[in-house]
Amino acid sequence: MSRYRRPWIVAVQKGLLWGGVAVFLALVGMVETFAGRQLIVGVFSLGLALPVLTAVVAGYQGAAGQAGGAHGAPLVRGALAGAAVGAVVSALVVLGGLVNMRSMFVSASPAMFAALSFGRGTSGIPLVLLGAAAVGAVGAAASFLSAGVRRPLVTALSWTLGVGLFQELLQILLHAEGARSAVRELLFIEDGLSIRGATIVFALSWGSSTVWARRGGAVRQWHGRLSAPQQRVLRLGSLGGAVALLLLVPLAAGPFISQVLVLVGLFALLGLGLNIVVGFAGLLDLGYVAFFAIGAYTVGLLTSVGEYGIVGLSFWAAVPVAVAVSLVAGVLLGVPVLGIRGDYLAIATLGFGEIIRILVLSDFLRPWLGGSQGVLGIPKPMIGGFEFRGPEQLFYLTLASCALVIFVAMRLRDSRLGRAWMAVREDEDVAEAMGINLVNVKLMAFAMGAAFGGLSGAIFAVMLGSVFPHSFQLLISINVLSLIIVGGMGSMPGVIVGSLFLVGLPELLREFAEYRFLIYGAALVLMMQLRPEGLWPAEAVKRELHASEEAGAASGLRGGV
Amino acid sequence: MSLKIPSGSFPLFNWEASVQSSLMRRFTVVDLYLWAFRIVVLAVVVWGTIGTIMARRYPGEVWIDFVVYGLSQGSIYALIALGYTMVYGILRMINFAHGEVFMSGAYTGYFVAAAFGRSGYLDRNPVVSLLVVLAVAMITSTAIALLLERVAYRPLRGSPRLVPLIAAIGASFFLQYAFRGFFGSGFQAYPETQVLKGTWAIAGINILRTQAVVIVAAVLMMLGLYAFVMRTKTGTAMRAVSEDREAAALMGIDVDRAIVIAFAVGASMAGAAGFLYALVFKQVHFFMGFIPGIKAFTAAVLGGIGNIPGAMLGGLFLGLFESVGPILFLDGLGIVAPYQLKDVIAFTMLVMVLIFRPSGIMGERLVVKKA
Repeated sequence: MSRYRRPWIVAVQKGLLWGGVAVFLALVGMVETFAGRQLIVGVFSLGLALPVLTAVVAGYQGAAGQAGGAHGAPLVRGALAGAAVGAVVSALVVLGGLVNMRSMFVSASPAMFAALSFGRGTSGIPLVLLGAAAVGAVGAAASFLSAGVRRPLVTALSWTLGVGLFQELLQILLHAEGARSAVRELLFIEDGLSIRGATIVFALSWGSSTVWARRGGAVRQWHGRLSAPQQRVLRLGSLGGAVALLLLVPLAAGPFISQVLVLVGLFALLGLGLNIVVGFAGLLDLGYVAFFAIGAYTVGLLTSVGEYGIVGLSFWAAVPVAVAVSLVAGVLLGVPVLGIRGDYLAIATLGFGEIIRILVLSDFLRPWLGGSQGVLGIPKPMIGGFEFRGPEQLFYLTLASCALVIFVAMRLRDSRLGRAWMAVREDEDVAEAMGINLVNVKLMAFAMGAAFGGLSGAIFAVMLGSVFPHSFQLLISINVLSLIIVGGMGSMPGVIVGSLFLVGLPELLREFAEYRFLIYGAALVLMMQLRPEGLWPAEAVKRELHASEEAGAASGLRGGV
Repeated sequence: MSLKIPSGSFPLFNWEASVQSSLMRRFTVVDLYLWAFRIVVLAVVVWGTIGTIMARRYPGEVWIDFVVYGLSQGSIYALIALGYTMVYGILRMINFAHGEVFMSGAYTGYFVAAAFGRSGYLDRNPVVSLLVVLAVAMITSTAIALLLERVAYRPLRGSPRLVPLIAAIGASFFLQYAFRGFFGSGFQAYPETQVLKGTWAIAGINILRTQAVVIVAAVLMMLGLYAFVMRTKTGTAMRAVSEDREAAALMGIDVDRAIVIAFAVGASMAGAAGFLYALVFKQVHFFMGFIPGIKAFTAAVLGGIGNIPGAMLGGLFLGLFESVGPILFLDGLGIVAPYQLKDVIAFTMLVMVLIFRPSGIMGERLVVKKA
């Protein structure tokens, strides 16, 4: 645009850049850690997938740019970009052979270099270069294939890799007699997707995706022709089906997956609460974990049968108290920061969150809160004779709370108060001039958000059976903020999507847990640049964030994303 | 406020009713609460101070030690705070990842220092080797900050205000966990320098050598920076950009360059602070930048954000408060292990300054202005 650069130089530059990314991923330890997870047994591991992916992207970007002409040139450029990635990776392998990098980089282990060079060390370099060039060419091919061909291929590939990635989960689900077991044996061997299984999954998903590409329009037309009540029935029916499926999950999936889902639910609850404060009212609160802690400690102190328990209430009596206490705390911590705006508010709330954590941890309050040992001996909730003993039972508690909170949040959003929140988010001064009482509106946002956080903390306390100050670090606030941002600020389905991705995924794939905050950090930065409205945006936020862009594009200052 | 509040608003709090009496028309429940907040904090401070002084448990030398420690700690905060203040002054953005810029300098400095320590060069030629470590720390921090500006912040200029802040929070965690992935999650021990062990007697007071070095080095660097900003052409350009970006651009100042230099200079100060921090505390860790980062931000706000002498003053002030405060304010109240609560003092100061005097000691009121 500004300066003309030769396309092949651009291709090599892209290749070197993405090669740098591949080296970063290797040195940070991801390649080695992920190498343990076989996507297709004996053929392809997640660790290998990372450098391969960088070469694909390099090839795609290296080939893009100049439209038209024969397909030969982009292919060559893509291969060049891929080879550049390979060259950078090879340089790392050579360097690793020359000096002992491990005294500095803990992940620069022989296993990592083996994973990068197909187990051959420096003699594997020609293979690395060739392989990377080939992969780069594939990436380049993706840039000029027509959508009708490309989309089913990409879908099929993602399904295959997805099935390989989640093989453990699927094997648990298919662990039964009869037909399910037969499917399992067809697709999987021991601890991963077999080559036969991969072929079957690929063929099936490719076929169905191609059929959908051809016939999908007809289905959509049929749906469009239905009358409004009929569409409504269809929608309610599918919603009912989804709810029924959710209710059956713990029975089919067992304790591990239920535990993951309980965590996802807890973070979704926190997310829904923070979403009111950040997403609806636009008040960036980094001390949100404080209310989670207050809810947990209230339930802990009120119900505990251990040393620090006060009254030994039942869970059901303690929860409303915990929610009320959190709500009051939300108001009390909200009042002082009413006059603070924007980024200063973020730092002030962060300060409050830290103050509360340090106080809870200190020896000063130890006689009441148990210091770093925390409050132990919190009994599980009971209804009649039914005890919420393990994750399978707590799942229903979490699900019910989520449903309740989603309902409340939806009603709030569509109420007069909700509209006032959005007005404050868009522009405080204008909102005030329109007669909105900023004090009330902001305090209601803090209070409602805090109440939901407290509810989540209450369930968290009974889930663990104990509360420790170490569970309430700032990282929780960051975690919740990340899932809101990734899902889409102000969007409730976005919160669910965000917590499935950012909480569920690292729990299911333990390799990710190690790099959780690295990935969150990268996700926050990337989301802000590429898709600030999130994966599942709320309409208003999307419009707002792209308004300036449209204006800029119109005046020729800045192109669209 | 003479605007009519819509009658159907939320009857949870009825401020209007309580505000109607003529004498207290502007005095709302919120004000009452804030006054109570001030009075409680003030009461704790006064009561605690009196209690501590009456108890006479600490002799004069101990207090001098606290003050010197506070000054050395504070000069480190001041060096970090300069980065916050310069970036905020120009971009009106909190560079949340600045604490990690500080950490990266200290961390890479460690590898050089450890290599010197193993070869024995550190003790044979302490001045040269410490200067090399300092240079490495400053260069790394600067490189990281420039990368950060280019990759994470520059594409977001002109976005709504929370967008760059969220990106900065993301960048902060990305950097922390990248360092954790590279170098492991443990503490790394900085090698001891023989020359800096023990104390020097300065004006009849025994001062730990490391602390003396830290204070002197920090003051020299701050003077240098101040001269750079006030005397050089580049510094003038930076000040012009922070006054009014558009007008500066119209006057032919390269705004991008001024922003990059603000990041670079702030980061090199943070790198130096990282080196000094490691001299005093003798260990590095991937999470070490977070708390000092927040505190340095507090210092910057305390001094008036955007104001360079303010940041220096704020840093020293915060360091003093933090080292003297726990004993002076809290010990007298009979609080067990008051030193555990030193961060509470720092964060309370942060919150109080943000609430009651967001313009800080020396700054003008920037907060209400909307970027």
